[in-house]
Amino acid sequence: MLKISAAKLNDLFDAISAKQTLYIPVDREPNAAEFKKYESGMKLSASLNTIRSAKDFFFPQTENLADFKMNGKNIEVKDIREESEDFVIFGVRACDARSFGILDKVFLSEPVDSFYKNRRDHGTVVTMACTRPSETCFCTTFGIDPTVPEGDCAVFFDGENYFFLDRTEKGTKFVESISDMLEEGDASKLAEVQENARNIMKKLPLANLSTDSFGGDKLNELFDSDKWADLSEACIGCGTCTFVCPTCQCYDIRDFNTGREIKRFRCWDSCMYSDFTKMAHGNPRTSQLERFRQRFMHKLVYFPANNDGEFGCVGCGRCLSKCPISMNIVKVMKALEVK
Amino acid sequence: MQVNENFEPVIVAFCCNWCSYAGADLSGTNRLNYPSNVKIIRVPCSCRVNPMFILRAFQKGADGVILCGCHPGDCHYTSGNYFTRRRITLLYSMLDFLGIERNRTRLEWVSAAEGAKFAAVMNQFVEDVKKLGPNRRLEDLRCRKQ
Amino acid sequence: MQEAMIKRAKELLADGTVNRVMGWKRGEFSYDITPAVFETAEELDAEFVCDDLTQANVSKYLIKESRKEGKILALLKPCDTYSFNQLVKEHRIIRENVYVIGIPGGPKIDIEKIKAKEISGILSVKNEDYTLKIETIYGTETMPYYEAISGKCENCKSKKHVVFDELIGEDGDVLESNRFEMVEKLENMTAQERYDFWRDQLSKCIRCNACRNVCPACTCENCVFDNPKSGIDNKAAADSFEENMFHIIRAFHVAGRCTDCGECSRVCPQNIPLHLLNRKFIKDINSLYGEYQAGADTTSRAPLNDYSTDDCEPSIVHERGVE
Repeated sequence: MLKISAAKLNDLFDAISAKQTLYIPVDREPNAAEFKKYESGMKLSASLNTIRSAKDFFFPQTENLADFKMNGKNIEVKDIREESEDFVIFGVRACDARSFGILDKVFLSEPVDSFYKNRRDHGTVVTMACTRPSETCFCTTFGIDPTVPEGDCAVFFDGENYFFLDRTEKGTKFVESISDMLEEGDASKLAEVQENARNIMKKLPLANLSTDSFGGDKLNELFDSDKWADLSEACIGCGTCTFVCPTCQCYDIRDFNTGREIKRFRCWDSCMYSDFTKMAHGNPRTSQLERFRQRFMHKLVYFPANNDGEFGCVGCGRCLSKCPISMNIVKVMKALEVK
Repeated sequence: MQVNENFEPVIVAFCCNWCSYAGADLSGTNRLNYPSNVKIIRVPCSCRVNPMFILRAFQKGADGVILCGCHPGDCHYTSGNYFTRRRITLLYSMLDFLGIERNRTRLEWVSAAEGAKFAAVMNQFVEDVKKLGPNRRLEDLRCRKQ
Repeated sequence: MQEAMIKRAKELLADGTVNRVMGWKRGEFSYDITPAVFETAEELDAEFVCDDLTQANVSKYLIKESRKEGKILALLKPCDTYSFNQLVKEHRIIRENVYVIGIPGGPKIDIEKIKAKEISGILSVKNEDYTLKIETIYGTETMPYYEAISGKCENCKSKKHVVFDELIGEDGDVLESNRFEMVEKLENMTAQERYDFWRDQLSKCIRCNACRNVCPACTCENCVFDNPKSGIDNKAAADSFEENMFHIIRAFHVAGRCTDCGECSRVCPQNIPLHLLNRKFIKDINSLYGEYQAGADTTSRAPLNDYSTDDCEPSIVHERGVE
C-alpha cells in the first residue's frame, strides 16, 4: 500500500495545494475543528470530527442562483453559473462520506441540481478512517464501517504512517497526482489498528441502536405515536440540529434587492423553523410538535420510503452533542422503538 | 489612511418632521449651502427611528448616518427624543464596540429655527465621513456600487 | 440535594399544591440533560435529575406552562429566578400559577470544557470532592472541578433568589463579580482590533437561532427575523453584514431586559461569546443610567422605557476610550 510518514504530511499538503485548492480540518479552538482552506503550516486536526459537516462544500449555506435586472419593462436574467475549480477535501470521516451519497440521491436525481453537480464533479473526497470513536457515534447502526470509509480515496493512519487507498476513478487520479511523494509501505500494523477500532465500536453505548422499528412501511404507526408530544415538549425550535447535520438538505429560495438588481439566492432552511415551507395559505405545520415530528419522520420514514430503504441519518452524533436541550435522533429512536 | 479626494460619501439623514426637517427647509430658503451627499428621510419623530433603520441605511450603501431631532425638552410628542437619546447612545456605543468607525454615526438636535446649524452640521459631518472613506465594515457587498 | 428536590416535589404533587413539576430529565449519557415536565411521582423517581451538569434555565418554558390548567412547580437556580422575575414583570408568566422553589446554583460543569481537554468517549462524570472522575471508553480520567466550570458560571453575579415560595438549601447574596472584564478588555482595543475580533467570531455563526430561541428575554410571538413583513427576515446570513445585523439587533432587543443568564453563549454550537454583546449593553446602562439589574424586581422601569432630562448625549461614544 502507498504511504507517507506522518512527519511528511504537511509536505504532501503543500504539494496538493500547489495544484488545487485543498481543505483540511483544523482546530479553531480545542474541541472545535472546522474545514479550512489549506495554507502552508496548518496542522491537521486530531479531533474526531468537525462541528459543521462537510456538506458545505457541495451544498453551501447560501449561494447565488441568478441575477435579475429590470430595464424598463424588460427583465434581464443573468445566468451566473460558472465551472467550479477542482478541489480536494482531506480528512472527511466515514459518516460524512456516506452523507454525500444521501445528498446525491436528492440533488442528482431528476431534475439534476446543476449547482450541486458542478461542485460534486470538481471535488475529490479524501476520507480518513476512524481510530478513536466517540460515545456519540452510531454510524454502525446505518451500516457504515468507520474503519474503511467510503469516498474517492480513503486514508488510514497506523500511528506512524498514512496509507492511501483509491476507491474511485477520481481517487486513482488523486493518488497518481501525488505518487511521487508516496512510497510503498508495510501495512501490516493497519489490520491491528482497524480491529482495535472495530472492537471499540462494538462497545460504544449506542452500538445496539437498531433501525428495525423504522422505515418506509412504518409510516402510520410512527406518525400517530403518542410519544411525539413528550419528545418535542422541550424543543426550542432552533435549527442547530439541522444545520450541523450532514444529511439535512432543505433550502429556501429568496430574492434580495440590492437597489440595482435582484439577487436570487438559496439558503439552508430548517423544518424546525416556524416559517418553514410557508405558503400562501400559511404554514402547514403550526406546532413545534409537528415540526419536530417532520424532521425525524423525514429521516427515519419518508426518506427510506423514497430511496430503497436508505435512512436519512449517518450517525455522526453532531446533533447529540450540539442540541441546546439535548434532544436528538437517538432519544427519538429509543422512545419509538418497538421492543 | 489614504484619502481619495474624489470620494463622495452617501449620507442618510433621518430628520424629525417637526424640527429638523423644518430646519433643513429653512436652510434652503435662506440659501445656505449643504452638500448634496445628504439624503434626507423624514420621520414623524426621531424616536421613530428603529436601530434597524440605521443598520439598513449602511447596508444599502450609506457611508454615514445622522439622526436629527428636536432639542431635548422640545419634542412635539413631549418625550420622544429623550427615548431616542438613550436608545441611540446604546446603539452607537455597540457599533463602536464592534469596531465600526464611530464618526460614521451622529446625532444632532436641530430646531426649526436653526437653518444655519443644519447646514453647518451637514457640512461638518460630510467632511468627517469623507476622511473615513467608504463604509467597508458595515456594508453589504451585494449592494456595493460597481 | 437531588433527593430533597424529588421528595419535596412528590409532597407538593401529593397534596395537590401543584399538578406538574418543571425540571430536568436524564439522557443517554450523564450530560445530555433535557428540560422536562413531570406529572407523577414515578416519573420523578425514574428520570428527574438535578446535578452538577444540569445547566439549562427553564424559566422560558413557564410562559406556556403557567397558562395551562393548574399550578406548576418550578425549581429555579438563583440566576433562573432573575429570568423568571423579569418574565413576571413583563406579564409573560402568570405568577399565581407557578410555585417556585429556589434551589442552589452552580458552579455547574460544562461537558464541552471537559471535551476541550481532549477527553473523549465520555460515559459518566462524577464529582468526588471537587475532582471530576470521568469514565470514558478509553479509561478513567480526572480533572479539577474548577477547570470544567461552565462559561455561564465563571462570573456568577448573584447567589440570591429574587423570587421564591420556598427554598431548598440556603439563600445567598448578590456577588461582586468581574463579569465586565472581557468587555473592558475589548473596549481598550483599537477599533480595528475590535472589528477583527468580532468579524472572526461572528463569521462562525450558522444562524441556527439557538441563542435567540433559548433566551428567556426573547419572547416575541413572531420575531422580526422570521417575519416576512419586516423586510429583514432571513434564514441565513448571505453576507457578513447580515451576520452583524442579526447579532446587533438580537442583543439590542433584549437590552435592559437581559438578566445575563448566559444561556446564549452556552447553547451556541460555534462557541461565539454572544454574552459579551449583552454585557456591553448592561455595562453601558449601568455606567450611563445608573446600576440596573434586570429581573431583580418587578416594579422599576426598564432603562430603555425610561429617561432623564439630563441624560448624556450619544456624542459620549465619540469622546471616550480608544478609537
